[in-house]
Amino acid sequence: MLTIKNLYVRVEGQEILRGIDLEVASGEVHAIMGPNGSGKSTLTHVLAGHEGYEVTQGAVTYQGRDLLSMAPEERAREGIFLAFQYPVEIPGVNNVYLLKAALNAIRTHRGLAEVDAMEFLSLVKEKVKRVKMDEGLLSRAVNEGFSGGEKKRNEILQMTVLEPRLAILDETDSGLDIDALKSVAEGVNRLRHPDRAFILVTHYQRLLNYIIPDRVHVLVGGRIIKSGGRELALELEERGYDWVKQEAVAA
Amino acid sequence: MRAEATRRYVAEFGRIEPELAGAQVPWLRAARRRALNRFDEAGFPSLRDEDWKYTPIKPIENRGFRIAGRSSRGLKDAELTAFQFQGLSCHELVFVNGHYADSWSTLGRLPAGVQVQHLAVILREEPEALSDHIHRYIEHPSSAFAALNAAFMTDVAYIRLPDQAVIEDPIHLLFISTGENEALASYPRIFVAAGADTRLQLVESYCSVGETQHLTNTLTEIVAEERACIEHYKIQQESIRNYHIGNMYIAQGQQSRVMSHSIALGAILARNDIAVKLDAEGAAITLNGLYKIGGRQHVDHHTCIDHLKPHTQSEEFYKGVLEGHARAVFNGKVVVHAGAQKTEAKQTNQNLLLSQDAEIDTKPELQIYADDVKCSHGATVGQLDENAVFYLRARGIDKETARSLLTYAFADAVLSRISPAPIRTRLERLLIGQLPESERIKEFI
Repeated sequence: MLTIKNLYVRVEGQEILRGIDLEVASGEVHAIMGPNGSGKSTLTHVLAGHEGYEVTQGAVTYQGRDLLSMAPEERAREGIFLAFQYPVEIPGVNNVYLLKAALNAIRTHRGLAEVDAMEFLSLVKEKVKRVKMDEGLLSRAVNEGFSGGEKKRNEILQMTVLEPRLAILDETDSGLDIDALKSVAEGVNRLRHPDRAFILVTHYQRLLNYIIPDRVHVLVGGRIIKSGGRELALELEERGYDWVKQEAVAA
Repeated sequence: MRAEATRRYVAEFGRIEPELAGAQVPWLRAARRRALNRFDEAGFPSLRDEDWKYTPIKPIENRGFRIAGRSSRGLKDAELTAFQFQGLSCHELVFVNGHYADSWSTLGRLPAGVQVQHLAVILREEPEALSDHIHRYIEHPSSAFAALNAAFMTDVAYIRLPDQAVIEDPIHLLFISTGENEALASYPRIFVAAGADTRLQLVESYCSVGETQHLTNTLTEIVAEERACIEHYKIQQESIRNYHIGNMYIAQGQQSRVMSHSIALGAILARNDIAVKLDAEGAAITLNGLYKIGGRQHVDHHTCIDHLKPHTQSEEFYKGVLEGHARAVFNGKVVVHAGAQKTEAKQTNQNLLLSQDAEIDTKPELQIYADDVKCSHGATVGQLDENAVFYLRARGIDKETARSLLTYAFADAVLSRISPAPIRTRLERLLIGQLPESERIKEFI
């Protein structure tokens, strides 16, 4: 589904990603772990199409197409969903209307009929219950005045409604209490499907107690320096990142 | 030459004086002449005047605006309905090029003792009613335009509410400019006297049929007695070749509440001066404003709030959206006089610059002579939040729509404060209609 080859990315003149290679197949869940400043968020933003990042080398293919040539909105319509680490507050834009417009943008792109207001409302109300979000947040402005946990749940709600092909979660687990963490994990697990893939970017392995990844990658200094199965996450939890770094240097 | 410009206006007065409304009424003729003399002495303000530093009025000086006579041309229904509020039950006084137009106006039933009239009726029935008011503001410094308004006054909307009167339906004063082929001037005057415990919603609309290139010089006086509650809306959407000068004076009694909104979308050059006197305990004023302009438009808001007594409150919330080479000025002066303890004054001015060439000059001016007060001000100038644009695009919304939507949301923070739904809705639609991808952004709001 997604192939990243030798990807180099600069932000404000500074090289943040230095040769990323990653292959994500349909149905898989990949976890990307790494210390702060290793380039995890940069990778998610580049995949979603943020214009502040300059790709200097490499290629990204998504479903056989050159992802880097696509505008952010086109990527979204093609099924890429980024759950933001810091969801933006947008005063004056209604939360549920945005979600409806987002869904219809995807449906129209796929040649499906738009959902009407009534259909959409019943759909959304059902999903709100699933992610255990306060229904009152639907009619508010996007993320405005939401608590940290509410913002994250709102991202998961959007993901649940939009049913992406490739969902990228950027530290969605950070700052969450255990209940919120569990509902985020449930949201992901329920969506797991042979036609869908996930990239979970996380700082801690805690989330991976609830979402079992197929692959775990360690991102340090803009490179993936080690990949492994689920047990790698547990080892990182126990031993920190230093041993991986040393291993990488030795290699 | 400024002196020459002044002489041109004085000469025009000499020519038109016999034809001005109420020319045969001695006190009015004297008041007009007194105002003209005041203007002749003071002349037009120049860029050297601190209050006019950023707003050049040369085009007004240089153009020989003819005083608009009664228009022989009627209005088409569609031209009128475009400026009305669908679904709003209101009393409506229509003025064409400044002159009251009876055939287009509709006045419903009013509570006993309430007067809603125009100049000819006042002069016929109560000729002295206005005599104290006409030249009240001409002595102010930088009052050239107030003096011109008093001298040339085209017509009057006169609204008086006796104590306890409550007008349920809003009063809509609709000033329409027509006639594209000549440069005309009109000088409307609005006088509102709201007695104790009264309630009033008042809308002033300034509009153009076609690409008029007129001068509108308007003056509004609002006196709110104890506990009076007034909501005022000024909607200026004149042709972008028009010149608009507005002066407003508000005087408030104890515990009175006045909320005034200025929505400025039109005119090539528009200036609004708003002066508020909170001269009784507990008086509270709210001033909201939105200017959204582009091209070579220039809009200037100068507000001046005097807190003269304790426990008075003011809140100002102005937002601006500027495109093209547009230029805006916001100057918010707040004076807390000695003894006006427990004053609360809050001022916010936020500006969105959508192009490199747009410019805003924003200046808070707080003078505080009391020690137990709560005053704050904040001014921001910025572009659209690119993180918000990206967030929307990452949800499948295209870039143009995202930018339009965020611009709308920014401006709607002012419009959403307008309480009568039909007024708010019309303005929101008007705003949406001016934005790119207007059809798409309707889905979000």
